[in-house]
Amino acid sequence: MIELAFVLAAPFATALLLGLFGHRRGAAEINSAGSLLTLLAAGLLTMRVIGEGPLILFDEQFFVDPLNVFLIALTALVGFTTSLFSRPYMRVEHDHGRLSAARLRLYHSMFQMFMCTMLVALSTNNLGILWVAMETATLTTVLLVALYRTPASLEAAWKYFILCGVGIAQALFGTILIYFAAERVLGHEGGALLWTHLDAVKTQLEPTVLSLAFVFLFVGYGTKTGLVPLHNWLPDAHAEGPTPVSAVLSGLLLNVALYAIIRCKVLVDGALETHFAGNLMIVFGLLTVLVPAFYLSRTKDVKRLFGYSSIEHMGLITFAFGMGGPVASFAGLLHMTVHSLTKSAIFFAVGHAAQMAGTQIIDDIKGLLKQSPTIGWGLMLGTLAILGMPPFGVFTSEFMILTTAIKHYPWATPILLTALGVAFAAMFGKVQGMVFGEPSVQPLSHNPALLPVFIHLGLVLMLGLWIPPYLADWYRQAARLIG
Amino acid sequence: MSPSLIHAIPLSGQVINLCAAIMLLLGFAMLSQRRVLTLINLFMLQGLVLFVSTLIVALTTDQSHLLWSAGLTLILKVFALPYILHRLIRRLSVKWDIETLLNIPTIMLIGIALVVIAFNVAQPISQLSGTITRATIGIALACVLLAFLMMITRSKAVPQVIAFLAMENALFFAATSATYGMPMVVELGIALDVMVGMVILGVFFFQIREQFDSLDIRHMERMKDE
Repeated sequence: MIELAFVLAAPFATALLLGLFGHRRGAAEINSAGSLLTLLAAGLLTMRVIGEGPLILFDEQFFVDPLNVFLIALTALVGFTTSLFSRPYMRVEHDHGRLSAARLRLYHSMFQMFMCTMLVALSTNNLGILWVAMETATLTTVLLVALYRTPASLEAAWKYFILCGVGIAQALFGTILIYFAAERVLGHEGGALLWTHLDAVKTQLEPTVLSLAFVFLFVGYGTKTGLVPLHNWLPDAHAEGPTPVSAVLSGLLLNVALYAIIRCKVLVDGALETHFAGNLMIVFGLLTVLVPAFYLSRTKDVKRLFGYSSIEHMGLITFAFGMGGPVASFAGLLHMTVHSLTKSAIFFAVGHAAQMAGTQIIDDIKGLLKQSPTIGWGLMLGTLAILGMPPFGVFTSEFMILTTAIKHYPWATPILLTALGVAFAAMFGKVQGMVFGEPSVQPLSHNPALLPVFIHLGLVLMLGLWIPPYLADWYRQAARLIG
Repeated sequence: MSPSLIHAIPLSGQVINLCAAIMLLLGFAMLSQRRVLTLINLFMLQGLVLFVSTLIVALTTDQSHLLWSAGLTLILKVFALPYILHRLIRRLSVKWDIETLLNIPTIMLIGIALVVIAFNVAQPISQLSGTITRATIGIALACVLLAFLMMITRSKAVPQVIAFLAMENALFFAATSATYGMPMVVELGIALDVMVGMVILGVFFFQIREQFDSLDIRHMERMKDE
């Protein structure tokens, strides 16, 4: 109980503190310290859940089971490493005169607030609170995307707000419909929005209402996951916000939105006893894998490039969960983990590379390896990892997804292979040009913190070669919950 | 309608159905309204209708938490938000702005099609609904879709935000009419989010204007991928 309270209170308290002192010297250190505290609390919470099984806390409003505790731990970890990366990155931005002290304060405070809303969304048992947390996460990230106040960043933030605002409104309608169906079974006082209660009576819920609810929820949270055709906000938001924000958007927020869809899918599957929700996820998952692959080769901005790559991977994960079953769900969870770690590592490297070059245009970034071998290698290895090269963990999860697809949905395999192949050709060529050749980049005014890049890539490498047995157990338990 | 049918619905139910009809009418009015100032007044009126319908559901079903949400609606959606919007358009001096390039007859026709779709979709739910307000679910869904359409067809920032708020109104109406109002935490959260959103957008409008000399979204530089 105390662990979860800490997980949620640490980022909230840090956000308040940074709201007051975020422009002073040492704000970045407070930011990291708050994130470290969250990570430690999340670690303790994880150990507790592994030891004692699922916990239901705070008047049943919050609950932690193997599925969400794994995402909480991942969120806290990536939040911490991002805060480490953001310290030198934001200093350099400040030196370049892109940010005033007041903006820096806003950034630090909103970063922690964003972490807090994601952790609330992950740990809550109440579908209403889940929705509120998702919308608050949207609002905080709108501020973060618009941080530089340039025309492009304002447009990106506006687009993000309008698209995700509409999306999240659809999700609210879906939530209302679920409550409507549940109230008939659980009664008015029976906690008809509490997921654990809903899960217990899911077979009695009205199938027509639930399938309609799922469509709305899928469209709503799917917009935030970046599913095609509502993905337009994602590349813009990734390109125009500060890089630490791109890292947490890609690495964490998309996962949280997908988590919301999965939770709802469990309920709908129970009520319908058909594969309706899964089929919906398979179709849109495939579309989301395929479409961005063809945008990749046309992209000129490096952060947009990796934004599109995130959309593609979200499609792959949605497809995996759509197929369902122990292997595909296991693969989906594994892919969530390795994608988060790899993509945030790539954004760390890309952020510094763009600062060294003074631009995000791919053609103008050259010779990273000669100027700074660590950034060059970080970017190269990260790209190889995200493209699914063995021995990295992404290969393992993609291999599992592909083999399951071959077995159960053979028609989907050529689509997946085409998309992955096109993405490989487009991204590898572009990144090669950035890493090798004669340098066009300048050294940085502050030493970059590249430890997070290699920690993340090291973890991804480990997951590719050997998944520790307790971690595999944990994934299996979570996969069983998803069904 | 035959007299016996009218007697089958209690007075409160009839008033709520009336409110629902007015909501829908206001949805169409907003859809076709070119002037920003009138749009805000229509939004205020919609808030008022929402307040009345919530109040009636609260009184007839004797649920005190609905009284709270009715009060919240009155304060937020009838007084606070329209006041903020009025101040905003005065300070931005877009008070007399008129949206051009709107093909109103076509938009109205699409709106009608959306209402038909909404009623078809809501049919199975309405049949299940045991509440006194079962007929209103279809209308609430129609209002959501109309607000959505308004959002797509507008190019200026203020009308887009009003469309967003109208969508929240319609959702709130759906929550009260279909379910007697959702639990309190959720409503508070929604209200809070609307407020925060407004604050952010207030700041935003000024920034957008500073950068683009206009609140017309079409003036924004288009991001391209080639």
